[in-house]
Amino acid sequence: MPNMTLSHFEAAFLFALLVSVVMGIVTKSNDRDRLHYGIYTFACFMVALFGLGWLMYLGHG
Amino acid sequence: MAVKEKEVKQPLPPLGTWAPALALSWLIPGGGHFLLKRTGRGVLLLLSITTMFICGLMMRGYMFQPQTGDLLTTLINTGGFVGDIASGILYLLTTWLGYNQQDMPGMGHDYGTKFLVTAGLLNILAMVDAFEIAAGRKN
Repeated sequence: MPNMTLSHFEAAFLFALLVSVVMGIVTKSNDRDRLHYGIYTFACFMVALFGLGWLMYLGHG
Repeated sequence: MAVKEKEVKQPLPPLGTWAPALALSWLIPGGGHFLLKRTGRGVLLLLSITTMFICGLMMRGYMFQPQTGDLLTTLINTGGFVGDIASGILYLLTTWLGYNQQDMPGMGHDYGTKFLVTAGLLNILAMVDAFEIAAGRKN
């Protein structure tokens, strides 16, 4: 099994992408809503990722 | 005064209508959707969950074993084990072929462990979705 080394950002991005796809599929009842919810979930992940990243950066001093 | 609406409990449909979809959905991510002729969604679920699981393996994630001890140890290890085993055939193949890793410190391994558990948890969501479709509660 090949080894995969990802940075924090790459791992979090991949995680957000895959979770958003599944969340979009299982929560809504038509394709349009699924796409919108998947994009919304992914955007929320990105906002949290960058927000917490900056918070930790600024909090660390 | 708020009026409380009584929740109408839907009767459980016969076992034969939803059990095969649920079982196949556990064994193969997206399998229940394939059985129920939701091929597009099945393909997306299969790709997403399998990619997450394989990335977790390639990051050398740790497969939890059920352990008892203090509350936190029991919760983490047993919960993690349930999450891992929910991946179905992916978990079984990994265990049978000896690809499961030892618990090691490090950022990459830690992410891998989370990816493996999350793949299982996402498969549980897919199983619930397949159940609802098979039971006629969802399109």
